Amino acid sequence: MLYFSRAKAAAILLTALVVIGFTVPNFFSEQTVKSWPAWAQRRLVLGLDLQGGSHILMEVDRNDIIKQRLDALRDEVVRTLREARITWANAPAVRGGGVEVRLREGADFSTAFAKLRGLSQPLGGVLQGNGMRTLDVVDAGGGLVRITPTDAATLERTRQTIDQSVPIIEKRINELGLVEPTVQRQGTDRILVQVPGLGDPRRLLELLGRTAKLEFRMVDSSMSAQDALQGRAPSDSEVLYEKQGDQRIPVLVKKQALVEGADLTDAQASFDQRTGEPIVNFKFNGAGARRFGRATQENVGRPFAIVLDTEVISAPVIREPILGGSGQISGNFTVESANNLAILLRAGALPAKLTVIEQRVVGPGLGLDSIKAGERASIAGAILVVVFMLATYALFGLFANIAVAVNVAMILGVLSFLSATLTLPGIAGIVLTVGIAVDSNVLIYERIREEVRNGRSAITAIDAGFTRALATILDSNITTFIAAAVLFFIGTGPVRGFAVTLGIGIITTLFTAFTMTRLIMAWWVRMVRPQTVPI
Amino acid sequence: MRLLRIVPDNTNFDFIRFRRVSFPVSALLSILAIVLYFTHGLNFGIDFIGGTLIEVQSKAGPADIAKMRTTLNELGLGEVQLQEFGGPENVLIRLAQQPGGEQAQQAAVQKVQGALGDAVDYRRVEVVGPRVSGELLHWGIIGIFVAIGAILIYLWFRFEWQFALGAMIANVHDIVLTLGFMSITQIDFDLTSIAALLTILGYSLNDTVVIYDRIREMLRRYKKMPMPELLNVSINATLSRSVITHVTVLLALMALLLFGGQAIHSFTATMMFGAALVGTYTSVFIASPILIYLGVGTGRQYVPDAPEEVAVESPPTVPTRTPAHARARR
Repeated sequence: MLYFSRAKAAAILLTALVVIGFTVPNFFSEQTVKSWPAWAQRRLVLGLDLQGGSHILMEVDRNDIIKQRLDALRDEVVRTLREARITWANAPAVRGGGVEVRLREGADFSTAFAKLRGLSQPLGGVLQGNGMRTLDVVDAGGGLVRITPTDAATLERTRQTIDQSVPIIEKRINELGLVEPTVQRQGTDRILVQVPGLGDPRRLLELLGRTAKLEFRMVDSSMSAQDALQGRAPSDSEVLYEKQGDQRIPVLVKKQALVEGADLTDAQASFDQRTGEPIVNFKFNGAGARRFGRATQENVGRPFAIVLDTEVISAPVIREPILGGSGQISGNFTVESANNLAILLRAGALPAKLTVIEQRVVGPGLGLDSIKAGERASIAGAILVVVFMLATYALFGLFANIAVAVNVAMILGVLSFLSATLTLPGIAGIVLTVGIAVDSNVLIYERIREEVRNGRSAITAIDAGFTRALATILDSNITTFIAAAVLFFIGTGPVRGFAVTLGIGIITTLFTAFTMTRLIMAWWVRMVRPQTVPI
Repeated sequence: MRLLRIVPDNTNFDFIRFRRVSFPVSALLSILAIVLYFTHGLNFGIDFIGGTLIEVQSKAGPADIAKMRTTLNELGLGEVQLQEFGGPENVLIRLAQQPGGEQAQQAAVQKVQGALGDAVDYRRVEVVGPRVSGELLHWGIIGIFVAIGAILIYLWFRFEWQFALGAMIANVHDIVLTLGFMSITQIDFDLTSIAALLTILGYSLNDTVVIYDRIREMLRRYKKMPMPELLNVSINATLSRSVITHVTVLLALMALLLFGGQAIHSFTATMMFGAALVGTYTSVFIASPILIYLGVGTGRQYVPDAPEEVAVESPPTVPTRTPAHARARR
């Protein structure tokens, strides 16, 4: 147990040195480290709780996806039946999570039913067909046909929606020019956005919380918006609201859009040359410009509405045809809200609404305080443990302290190598590891003491102490490691940081107990040839 | 130099006999903890019941909590809790889950920020919607059960099933008492509490395993020693280590508790109670004595690992020093 060949001793020291070496980049500024080779650039990342920042979890609105799908499905049914020249008793309508249509019973019914069944596609294309289809088409009797999207199809659509949303969200956030924001999908229907060091989380929420579907629609002048609210609005129009200060003014607009935001190629915040108000300039692509030109040509002198999501931004009167494909939006903007709109328009609209379901924002002040608290606690903890070890074991206590110092340095090395995130609970994990690491030494020393009491000579006692204690150290640390592993899989954010440092701490503790502590002891025994054990 | 000796050499405490005291005490405390849990309940944080938590720091001296309370109560956001947090400038504001789904929570934050304006610095804003809080609780509970299960299986493979069962009883005892502690102190029960509970599990088991290891070793070496004596010798032999280790962990936790800041305060307090106090007590007074009832060592047929050791070595200190004594006391 106490003999180490030169090669073995060298290997142990080298391993420890290399692992500790990974902490080096943390002591240099980011600029300096950037000029180093890529493998040497890994460093600790401070968690959002230490450097401040926003953690925002968003979920796609399933109902929104289903509603979009059902509206599209109804239109498909209408088109299919019209193309086949089949008339219906009751028009296709969205009802109870599906589309229902009542056909006339008789000879036509079976052809019509077959046509409708044709709408259902194998899920995931013909090649990867797993027998699942996109729609359930059911003959409910009495000529009634019910068409419902399958759960599998809705799930697939949710997944696609998230896939499409991630790059859009990334574009929006990147426009803010922040350091290392991350956008990740989580599960099938969620997106996690983490932005370190953001001063104003409200702006971030404003950018993330919007679908940003822009539409240019005509204002319906056939009746006033007030009348439409009281009586029945025309079927192809709806009442939306325009915000002016604290008031919300109803505007009756056509449901059909003239041009949509998807046709925009650029949008920039700017100032109106005459009034000095913040505005947003936009540019259409070719098709959009043609459509917008034609629509404005036909409607000179009439008002149209610029609609963002379900809100009217402004409803100006078309003074002259806008043929160049570019224009401007004005409407009670502040500099910031004009900027936000420009960002949203450039990044494009989300395919479905995203709802913020979890938000954790830590201000930079609290982050700094937490760093200080973590530092102070670590130093205090280290001093207490070091002094206690020296008081209890004197020279052997010094050995233990060296082993623990190597241990902590190695934890930081591994964390840096993994570019792991250090959180406040993570620091707590390190401080706790100091306690656990000391335990391995305590186990060894107490065992040695016992062997001495049982009448063994110093050297055989030390040898036997190590042999027996190491088995126990392995057994006892594995239980703590299991708890850390479970915590890693169920935990998020700061708690996960705790699991990571605790887990790594156990591994480095095992390494130091089995190698470093033994090596130090072996050297001491060879140098001193002890007749008695000094504990 | 005289070294610090917290536990004298050659202790000879009859832990097995003491079970007549420790078991009823533990049973009583456990029942008390369960009663507390059902009458007082836990002080669930927003992680598990959803809602909003805002930490603000007054920019001009100590915060006027009473005034803030009136301002916020006028917003009609249901129950609003305010408390000083770590210093007179800092106030922690808690809003209950708002009716009206996920968006309503965001709206509530904006209302609070509108009402308090720029007189305060927003150090932390946390909003957890109903769906996320439900999931976090679900996974937290699953995590604890998975951890207990995984550790049990490990112990069952490494030792005998009786040891695994004994460890589990000790485990559940630790968790129950810690929950009782959290109930009586009304410490925030949040995600870090789950972390604390899991660490307590791992840590208290760590300790139990050290003693079990020794018991197993003794079972192999001294095939004829009566069980109560064998358990006593094992516990006494590892006692010094148990105490020293727990003093170091207590010291480390003390540093965290005093200097680690408010954010991990409930975490360290829980750990201190669960791991450093209850955990040690359990492994010494519950986990090992309970093996008597579980039938460890009855009909053991071990071949000694190293027969020559048995021959050379004198038996462990405790029985040699006071064999007659020890036997007479039983």
